[in-house]
Amino acid sequence: MSALVITNARIVDPASMTDTRGAVLVEDGLISDIDTAGTPGAPQGAEIIDARGLVLAPGLIDMRVFVGEPGKEYRETLQSAGEAAAAGGVTSFVMMPDTTPAVDDGALVDFLVRRAEATSQVRVLPAAAITKGLAGAEITEFGLLQEAGAVCFSDGKQSIQSSALLRAAFTYAANFDMPVAHLPFDKGLTGDGVMNEGLFATILGLKGIPREAETIPLARDLQLALLTGVKYHAAQISTAGSVSLVREAKQKSNRVTAGVSINNLTLNENDVGRYRTYFKLATPLRTEDDRLAVIEGLRSGVIDTIHSDHDPQDTEVKRQPFAEASDGAIGLETLLAAALRLVHNGDVDLMTVLRAMTFRPAQILGLPTGRIARGAPADLVLVDLDYPWQVKETELRSRSRNTAFEGARLAGKAMRTIVGGKTVFELSEEALA
Amino acid sequence: MAQSSPANASGDLPGRLAGFPPFSQRHLISIADLAQHEIVELLDRAERMIPVSRQERKSLSTLSGKTQINLFFEPSTRTQSSFEIAGKRLGALVVNMSVRTSSVTKGETLIDTAATLNAMRPDVLVVRHSAAGAVELLSQKVGCSVINAGDGAHEHPTQALLDALTIRQHKGRIAGLTVAICGDIANSRVARSNLLLLGALNVRTRVIAPKTLLPAGIEQLATEVFTDMEEGLKGVDVVMMLRLQHERANGKMIPSVREYYRFYGLDAAKLKNAKPDVIVMHPGPMNRGVEIDPAIADGPRSVITDQVEMGVAVRMAVLDALLPDSNGAPR
Repeated sequence: MSALVITNARIVDPASMTDTRGAVLVEDGLISDIDTAGTPGAPQGAEIIDARGLVLAPGLIDMRVFVGEPGKEYRETLQSAGEAAAAGGVTSFVMMPDTTPAVDDGALVDFLVRRAEATSQVRVLPAAAITKGLAGAEITEFGLLQEAGAVCFSDGKQSIQSSALLRAAFTYAANFDMPVAHLPFDKGLTGDGVMNEGLFATILGLKGIPREAETIPLARDLQLALLTGVKYHAAQISTAGSVSLVREAKQKSNRVTAGVSINNLTLNENDVGRYRTYFKLATPLRTEDDRLAVIEGLRSGVIDTIHSDHDPQDTEVKRQPFAEASDGAIGLETLLAAALRLVHNGDVDLMTVLRAMTFRPAQILGLPTGRIARGAPADLVLVDLDYPWQVKETELRSRSRNTAFEGARLAGKAMRTIVGGKTVFELSEEALA
Repeated sequence: MAQSSPANASGDLPGRLAGFPPFSQRHLISIADLAQHEIVELLDRAERMIPVSRQERKSLSTLSGKTQINLFFEPSTRTQSSFEIAGKRLGALVVNMSVRTSSVTKGETLIDTAATLNAMRPDVLVVRHSAAGAVELLSQKVGCSVINAGDGAHEHPTQALLDALTIRQHKGRIAGLTVAICGDIANSRVARSNLLLLGALNVRTRVIAPKTLLPAGIEQLATEVFTDMEEGLKGVDVVMMLRLQHERANGKMIPSVREYYRFYGLDAAKLKNAKPDVIVMHPGPMNRGVEIDPAIADGPRSVITDQVEMGVAVRMAVLDALLPDSNGAPR
């Protein structure tokens, strides 16, 4: 029996909404005791970690991560994504099905589960495709995919255009009580747009993506969600209008949730500057007004989850003229620190930010993690909220370098990341010195 | 047009323009990068280049021994030949490269070509590309000066400079005039560069177009926005027409060419609203009967061929300003 005691910690548990000093006892990978009075009776031979007052939170659960395995291993493998996640305090991530081939078959889910087990330091939760080949034409075998280990359904970067097909998918998913995380965007309105529509795109001579390319399909999604009773998660929203739509839908149903990318919470269209392609994202960076609206959505509980939208792209496809460059930015390793920026700025309190990256994703996906409670898996992160560091793309653990935070000075970092009672990351002594 | 004295009349080194400080920019990517005084200086320099092309011997030696590569990823006859003639009249060795691109390999070709050409040690690259920002990206990859000859719907800075020079030659001034830019504003790099340049020189700018061809936020770039052409032309000093790409009139943005011509084609009736001494401009190539009546295009108010002449002068001035003197003087 392996045992671990983390003493002298500031235990922040977004499940119980408590923020207390104390110690946590971990036995056989599970949290076996929480003592807010003194030190729990440590079994003999237990490893003891003195947290020195650092925040001890549930490990983060990132709802939207793209990995290059299988098919584009040069961009990211399950192993490299796992290392990046561990260094960022992320102990579980939902892996989008946008691989080559797409994860639309039970055998592929099974492959991912086994492969992740063998190579990844953190838990990999496969999302299975809603439609075969992510083509938006035929639904996949939801039941078999669920049995194989898929945690939810998503068409990843794709958005289903046919309302009839989406209705069928929602209805069938409700049959298996599986959550569907769908990205709302209208292909026609998006056209060949490459950034947010507005003055800034006009000055750069770039085609814009109107906000309505998100709000129109989102309104449809929400109505179909209410109609079918599916557990619907708006995978990624970015506009003020979307926040209003979700707020309205939530008044009618508690089975509707919404997620936001850390990019849309902390960056805006001005960051594109002069054609900086690391800021070219499929859900584009919007105006400052939209950014403030999604922050307000997070604060008021309309937005449930914050994810990294980690999307590794190699230099070759990013060092292109803006309109021709690929979308996406990596983010597993910077998610926590970037989210803490919102806390340091006074935009959102620590509990709300952590809850959106721990307990809420766990609730939506029906996971036992995301909480500091007796019997829960010991997925934990020790966080120094003020640890100053500068993002250097060459030092990040992802195989790809396309960070939107290159050079950013951030405060806050995972000092130690624990998955199932086992330390998978610890900030090195040199970094601490 | 006003006549200027020959550039080398004051006993300078052959072809060198006296009286100008070294130019502060290395590249010309965007009008937005230029301060007002730099725009004026380029126009002054260009004015001094006009007589060179009108002389019997049209050659200067300013750029002798220098290599200019015209790298065109998008076909262009007039801009490319204008840059070629400008470079040759200054004594540079000019090489034209037209790069055919498939959409798949477009970007790859750009970066690879940049590295290859850079190794040949040119002194200046003149680049046109179909993607906004492509010329700027390329300028980060090479060790020489880069001139933007048009990047997507972003900018075409030498076009705006030659337009301004044409206006100055005809009107004797630029500030205080009212200039209307008409047509496909949304997809036009010429419109963007002109709005920036004219705005910097205190011109009242108007854009006139159907709403489907007006980009978001245009009211912050132009002084006034009109959808009624007759209204928009009232009292203007200058009309700049833009080319309508035929594929825009396919029922997606514009229902038909004839409807476009009815409401946004420049004809005598509409032009009557402008000042009597209005000048009519067009960056070319023109679609007669689509955006402009042939009678206007070839009529007395048209200065379209003057624009072509000013184009050579402006490009000579830009090359001369950006490149250090062959005779060793600093830039």
